[in-house]
Amino acid sequence: MKISEQEVRYVADLANLKLADEEITRLKRDLDEILTHIDTLNELDTSNVQPMAQVLYEAEETATLREDRERPCIGVDAALANAPLSGGGYYKVPRVIER
Amino acid sequence: MSASLAGVASLTVERVRQGLAKREFSAMELAKAALEFAEAENPKTNAYLHLSPERAMAAAEQVDRKLAAGESAGPLAGVPVAVKDVIVTKGLRTTCGSRLLERYIPPYDATAVIRLEQAGAVIIGKTNCDEFAMGSSNENSAFGPVKNPRALDRVPGGSSGGSAAAVAQGTAVVALGSDTGGSIRQPASFCGVVGVTPTYGRVSRYGLVAFASSLDHIGPFGRTVHDAASVLQCIAGRDECDSTSAFAPVPDYVSALDGKVAGLKIGVPREYFEGLASESGELIQKGIGVLKQLGCEIREISLPATKYAVACYYIICTAEASSNLARYDGVRYTTRVAASTLSDMYRATRGAGFGAECKRRIMLGTYVLSHGYYDAYYLKAQKVRALIAQDFRNAFEQVDAIVTPVSPFPAFRLGEKLDDPLEMYLSDIYTITGDLAGIPCMSVPCGATAAGLPVGIQILTRHFDEAGMFRLADAYEKAAGFTGS
Repeated sequence: MKISEQEVRYVADLANLKLADEEITRLKRDLDEILTHIDTLNELDTSNVQPMAQVLYEAEETATLREDRERPCIGVDAALANAPLSGGGYYKVPRVIER
Repeated sequence: MSASLAGVASLTVERVRQGLAKREFSAMELAKAALEFAEAENPKTNAYLHLSPERAMAAAEQVDRKLAAGESAGPLAGVPVAVKDVIVTKGLRTTCGSRLLERYIPPYDATAVIRLEQAGAVIIGKTNCDEFAMGSSNENSAFGPVKNPRALDRVPGGSSGGSAAAVAQGTAVVALGSDTGGSIRQPASFCGVVGVTPTYGRVSRYGLVAFASSLDHIGPFGRTVHDAASVLQCIAGRDECDSTSAFAPVPDYVSALDGKVAGLKIGVPREYFEGLASESGELIQKGIGVLKQLGCEIREISLPATKYAVACYYIICTAEASSNLARYDGVRYTTRVAASTLSDMYRATRGAGFGAECKRRIMLGTYVLSHGYYDAYYLKAQKVRALIAQDFRNAFEQVDAIVTPVSPFPAFRLGEKLDDPLEMYLSDIYTITGDLAGIPCMSVPCGATAAGLPVGIQILTRHFDEAGMFRLADAYEKAAGFTGS
């Protein structure tokens, strides 16, 4: 067994996912199977391999910063247009600080 | 023709250009016919999530106006195109196949969309896909699966199933999809059309809703290699809005379609024929035979890290996805499940909004990145990824291109593999290696099984050698005689 039900609940908590009990059971089974397959990677000796941090070989292709200059942005109204709840130019969320 | 409904299905980019030039039809007539055809066909396949008649007619009108004034209207003038619904379109709903974004209206256009429209293309609708592009069958869409137009009881492949189906059924001439582990090539092969995953960074990802940022690509579908190359021509190239987009100049892809493939060395990796269905295997071998007749030199090669690709891929893509999908928290993107605390609101919104496959991948990705597991999983996978890339680098010292199958089997029945996620993941084996290495790869039709199910052959080349890939694909297509139309 690669993962316990308790660990699945812990990971769901880290991922901010509210899951039903049936989902936990199902995910435990699926993750167990997938993690067991993933273990095949241990057959490979990678002690002398550098991890691939850049997709293209020639880093200079894309390793670049653009010039820092002012550009128009989309504006508050457009940015908030898809918010489920907004007001006064801000996103609104349940209260996080008690007074 | 007068842009009749039946005519739309057999058009190519070149035919549209000629038709407009000879005034056989106007761009507006063509757009109207394409929209009507798409609307009539959609109940059969569910390829489109929504059509965009206003945007299409406005774009077509502009093309007609330019042509009437004797101006150039662009290389894709009037061409009806479908866009996968993970690519944002300003003012036009973009759902990513998810309940969470059911009502999301993007405030900007993706760079690829801007470039398509600047080239005169007419966007007729947004296509169905697996939720956030996660899936190999298009059955993970919150808005119902897409059916394969070649066999309606079968899946079209995924995750860009809607775009592949739209091009296969002829409601669009070309389409945009996205590919992270095979999501363009596999549906292209299942639906019998051409699908292209360019080099990583060749096309800007600005406006492609992020799934796994080090693996995500935008690429074209077409019924011919020529059409797919024509679309890539317009969308490729550096974009300031995507720092990973490449500066490399974009060559003229269409002029590379010169048939000069004799003497090319083609590698056939033996690892890609393990677990391949026999009928698919025979068609691929026939395809290799066609290349031999064209004068290519076929060499057996080995890409030894291949068997580790699925495990490597499902660590990296889920890790990146778990962090990319953290933004769907009920604050910014349209859907919120109310709760009394912020944390409960996040949890309830995400728990109710994501489908089963997204949850599975968020969970796996969160697990492999969690405290104490990073070295064992994510770092290990990044090292294995380097080995997979190294395999290709070694191979391309001996050969000019690599040819493989796209999928272990042709289109399967709806529901057939839904209960076994690992089996579904394993079926991506032939396509995920190209994404992990970041090299260009494409699927070209290479025939059909006795039951009439299309099979695609995959061509892979060196970084930024899309021209070489298209040259080989085009010569193959013409010699083999299987076009997607």
